[in-house]
Amino acid sequence: MLSKEQIAQRIAKEVKNGQYINLGIGIPTLVANYIPDELEVVLQSENGLLGIGPFPTEDKIDPDLINAGKQTITMVKGSVLFNSAESFAMIRGGHVHLTILGAMEVSENGDIANWKIPGKMVKGMGGAMDLVASAENIIVAMQHCSRDGASKLLKECSLPITGIKCVKKIVTDLAVLEVSPKGGFVLKERAPGVSVEEIQEKTEGKLIVEGEIPEMVF
Amino acid sequence: MINKTVKDAKEAVADIPSGAFLMMGGFGLSGIPENCISALLEKGIKDLTIVSNNAGVDDFGIGLLLKKKMVKKMISSYVGENAEFERQLLSGELEVDLIPQGTLAERVRAGGAGIPAFFTPAGVGTEVAEGKEIREFDGKLYLMERWLRADFSLVKAWKGDTAGNLIFKGTARNFNPMMAAAGKICIAEVEELVPAGELNPNEIHTPGIYVQRIFEGKNYEKRIEQRTVSQAKS
Repeated sequence: MLSKEQIAQRIAKEVKNGQYINLGIGIPTLVANYIPDELEVVLQSENGLLGIGPFPTEDKIDPDLINAGKQTITMVKGSVLFNSAESFAMIRGGHVHLTILGAMEVSENGDIANWKIPGKMVKGMGGAMDLVASAENIIVAMQHCSRDGASKLLKECSLPITGIKCVKKIVTDLAVLEVSPKGGFVLKERAPGVSVEEIQEKTEGKLIVEGEIPEMVF
Repeated sequence: MINKTVKDAKEAVADIPSGAFLMMGGFGLSGIPENCISALLEKGIKDLTIVSNNAGVDDFGIGLLLKKKMVKKMISSYVGENAEFERQLLSGELEVDLIPQGTLAERVRAGGAGIPAFFTPAGVGTEVAEGKEIREFDGKLYLMERWLRADFSLVKAWKGDTAGNLIFKGTARNFNPMMAAAGKICIAEVEELVPAGELNPNEIHTPGIYVQRIFEGKNYEKRIEQRTVSQAKS
């Protein structure tokens, strides 16, 4: 099984040189730590910044400089600030190449649910609906099963959905899977020590297994 | 140049009545109109509708207005940091419209720019789309969203001049510029107010035409929600 850091590390391998990327809250934020130095990429924060830098040292904290998770951050050389309407123009306009976000559920046709548990949790969708409706490539980072052991890779989402037919790839603690355009989760890689059978057992939606499934290498 | 200066927050919000439709700038606690929120608290009006991306935290920002039960309805995109908000929402005391963040920003922008409606892909196929017109453009589905305009918009800038021109700092800009334009009366509070002519026209973010009242705020707390740091390199 992969740790959260390893999920982030595996997703970082999907990042390509020259991309503008939006990272969601949680595991996706950790991806920034594993993007190889030789790649030139720009991280977008949807409140209004291109070019997110590392967290500030104690003496450089600025309450007027936060990311979409409201964490204090810094800027990098070449950063630019703008208003939130402009920020979402970049997102909807397809200028942000890659969106990495967390999810509560993903369905076998690429629907994602991550904003609401009726009667229990009402936090709001933030920018997630705009992001999943617009980005050309959407990767989900999540645990394969919920805390009570229920599969999060489903035939159909049971929770209110955030976007339809948008997720391209999912990296969980057990596996890397792609959403087939015809429907179904195509198993691409296994976490070290995890069998195809275990992944099958923990995937409620249709799992497509073709040939030998390689084990991830770290 | 037209002088938009008022003395302080109290004077600026004096004519905001109960039941008013307000917009408040800010993302999280960054770039929120702290002084105006304090002045509204003292006024003790009620039944306010507030458009704001977030709803503050329990003891700061809009959270203070919620605690005093001054708010009838919130129009926001993310309200996760506020337990009192969640309580009032689940108990039905508070009406809430949750809107995708980009849609919220664009609805406010459209309001200020005189565009009554537009189509966006955000929310297609979700409960956000319920009751909305859906149309296909070039093979993709979009839903229609309406503009948002307010009786009063309360914004916070870094610097401003007596003509109402505004400059924002860092990510405290967020929703403030669009809200300035979408309020029938825009009240701008700034950390530093200078005479017209002292700001470089090339660097102004919000033209003073959108701003009706401006004052220099005081005692900015600028509270931080998530204080994240890295270790200094030795």
